[in-house]
Amino acid sequence: MLAKTNLTLIALVGALTSSSLAAEQAGPEVADFTLANGLELVVIPDHRAPVITHMIWYKVGAADETPGKSGLAHFLEHLMFKGTAKNPAGKFSQVVARIGGQENAFTSQDYTGYFQRVPSEQLKTVMEFEADRMTGLQLTDEVVLPERNVILEEQNQRVGNNPGARLTEQVDAALYLNHPYGKPVIGWRHEMEQLSRDDAIGFYRRFYAPNNAVVVIAGDIDPAQARALAEGTYGKIARHGSMAPRLRAQEPPPVAVRSLTLADPRVEMPTLQRAYLVPSFSAAKRGESEALEVLAHILGNGSNSRLYRALVIDQQLAVVANAWYDASELDMSKFGVHGSPRPGVTLPQLETEMDAVIAQVIDKGVTEEELERAKTRLIADAVYTQDNQASMARWYGTALTTGASVNDVRRWPDRIRAVTADQVRDAAREWLDKRRSVTGYLIKDVSPQAEKRS
Amino acid sequence: MNRFAALILCAVAALVAGAGIAPAMTIEKIVSPAGIEAWLVREKAIPLVTLNYAFHGGATQDETDKAGTAHLAADLLDEGAGDLDSKAFHERLENHAIELGFQVGRDYFHGSLRSLNEHRDEAFELLRLALTNPRFDADTVERVRGQELASLQRDVTNPNDLASRRWWQTAFPDHPYGRESKGTLETMPRITTDDLRDYVRRVFARNELKISIVGDVDAKTAGALIDRAFAGLPAKNNLKPVADATPTGLGRRIVINVDVPQAVVNFGGQGIARHDPEFMAAYIVNHILGGGSFSSRLYREVREKRGLAYGVSDSLVWFRRAAVVIGGTATRADRTADALAVIEHEVKRMADAGPTPDELAAAKSFLKGSYALTLDTSSKIAAQLTQIQIDNLGIDYIQRRGALIDAVTIEDAKRVARRLYGGGMLVTVAGRPKGLTSSATTE
Repeated sequence: MLAKTNLTLIALVGALTSSSLAAEQAGPEVADFTLANGLELVVIPDHRAPVITHMIWYKVGAADETPGKSGLAHFLEHLMFKGTAKNPAGKFSQVVARIGGQENAFTSQDYTGYFQRVPSEQLKTVMEFEADRMTGLQLTDEVVLPERNVILEEQNQRVGNNPGARLTEQVDAALYLNHPYGKPVIGWRHEMEQLSRDDAIGFYRRFYAPNNAVVVIAGDIDPAQARALAEGTYGKIARHGSMAPRLRAQEPPPVAVRSLTLADPRVEMPTLQRAYLVPSFSAAKRGESEALEVLAHILGNGSNSRLYRALVIDQQLAVVANAWYDASELDMSKFGVHGSPRPGVTLPQLETEMDAVIAQVIDKGVTEEELERAKTRLIADAVYTQDNQASMARWYGTALTTGASVNDVRRWPDRIRAVTADQVRDAAREWLDKRRSVTGYLIKDVSPQAEKRS
Repeated sequence: MNRFAALILCAVAALVAGAGIAPAMTIEKIVSPAGIEAWLVREKAIPLVTLNYAFHGGATQDETDKAGTAHLAADLLDEGAGDLDSKAFHERLENHAIELGFQVGRDYFHGSLRSLNEHRDEAFELLRLALTNPRFDADTVERVRGQELASLQRDVTNPNDLASRRWWQTAFPDHPYGRESKGTLETMPRITTDDLRDYVRRVFARNELKISIVGDVDAKTAGALIDRAFAGLPAKNNLKPVADATPTGLGRRIVINVDVPQAVVNFGGQGIARHDPEFMAAYIVNHILGGGSFSSRLYREVREKRGLAYGVSDSLVWFRRAAVVIGGTATRADRTADALAVIEHEVKRMADAGPTPDELAAAKSFLKGSYALTLDTSSKIAAQLTQIQIDNLGIDYIQRRGALIDAVTIEDAKRVARRLYGGGMLVTVAGRPKGLTSSATTE
């Protein structure tokens, strides 16, 4: 009855990445402005309830960290709650709480976001606070050092205590040979332990500015009113004079089939994770990313997907089998497959059959029926997303900080509708080449040292 | 799964289960032609319909040696029904992007449906098949059981699961509330197809059925849809009674050894029944102590001041026959004892002195203001309306809730704080906490 709240947030993210937005004919009229200082404002009207979701998205994430400072973007996200000259630590959160609002923040490789969900009439208040902390953050070691322990505990909770997450880190690190996406967003512990107040302030001064931010407001407000409020708050902050373009070191063409094995004494169920280096929406040629979305759905989403039917139902080799694709990255992204063998089946056996399923799609393509089902689902997701203003705000925010435009989001259902079976087969042929991939095995560590420890 | 790995969420957003400004919506009580009652909210802005419903009779209905029966049945309802085998059933769902959800709690079986308006007839037809005529084909049962067993196997070394299971087992020994709904590695293999059919037959009935619908649908159409899905069910359920229970083991600390870098801690004690006159006061006081906002005492003391944990919170949990307050945190092995000491100190301080008037005012303001945020999607509204029906709070509860919060005085808050936190806590810790051992005695 009482759900853990972070699940809510994760579910919400799921709605975004897996699908996307409003069917054009039914979606809300989204307004898009740019203020004189470069801040972009997106307004998504939703008048069903007297509430507002206010989000600010900075176009900076873990992939923008200086080498050796992994975890810094996320650390700064935490420190942004530590107060300004005008509003001492805790005041913003207290005000949000008092008006019955919710707040949180999140960091990815490409963006850092902060949001409040408040009664509509409180929009101006939260915009004032958010504008204040865009440039007014003040940090002392007294607040920075305990917070560093918090992120170390967060690393333990998300990764240290979770063998599957440890494997994901290793696969990512092996997949990206040159691009910073190979570093975990949370950071490597040995670097996190050294992050300082000066690191955080330096990063903040470099990246937090109106001309590096997108404000997304979804809810019970009209666009002109939102714009006036934005002018009166964010509009007063000076543009950053030297905002560098987001040029990260890019990947060379991948040429080697890579595999790795992580042994952990706590593994009770072996698993296989594979990631292929594939284009994100921003990095793709026209139509390619949409074909990858459809391909991921047909290959591995749900119990009628190719992988599930072949491996779990027909051959009974696996208990779990699925596939996914993340379109929302600025640079080269990932297409993943994942599976867990049934007891008595080895990971190499499972991998062989998984390869056979993928080879068949590459060879023969997909059926019209599969194509239609996948499109129906993906396009329906866009309508379902309209029911959730926070999901809508996240969809636009993610898009606009990873190289897409408001129009790209708006036309997403049309672009999905246009995908052909040939495009799906071609996408599989081009991108599901094993030389583009890393396959990770997660197995139980039964070495004597491991037994001694456990 | 992995696609979420790149995204890091800062902390836990405020979760609210109650209160406040009345959102602009009208709840209509409707009765279907077959006599089934439901609550309806008409929402025309988006072309979809959302249904949420609950049958009395959750995991409490499992035989002790077959724990997980209801859970497994719920897993299997969309795996074939009527003439449709698993593949055909899923194709029908997917062809129209219809979503059916089934979930088992301790007291209730919860279900949900979401469909685009144009496919709602098909959606309710598939729901009818799933509820009235599930197949439980042998090969499908074995496949899904295999998945459940794999998940249970994974839990064997999962500190969150270890700490939580032990907490509930110790608090409610020999009572269904002490068991996990998903069963165990020992009980899951024992469940037969007959057990699954028996569960469905005894629980899926029209009496004690709570239904909420939100969407672009009028009362007449809603009544017809409800009858389509539910009218074919038996008139009356046939439930095993569940005894009243109070949590035991208060004052005990149990350490479960598992080799993880971070120890997981669960703590809690006697809670408060939903219909208790002091419930709202307790709800407010718990919000102040550890209710999940960035302003709670536990959050401030454990995380903000000392950096001992990423998250710490506690909640009121209420069942039909018991109630607890339960919380958790996760913290590094060498500081677990410190974190626990801080939590125990804060719990005691709240029991002894209660909240301050300022804290009370701030919490009231939050709980009232944030209620609208819990009612901003069709699915959330439908789920909340079902919970209000389950808790028997009345169709005007959303309007009354603000006044109920306002009526709580500082004296009420202090009295209930003592009642809620003065009775001692059961603590379970999974990990390798330095300097902490199991104790059978009161601290």
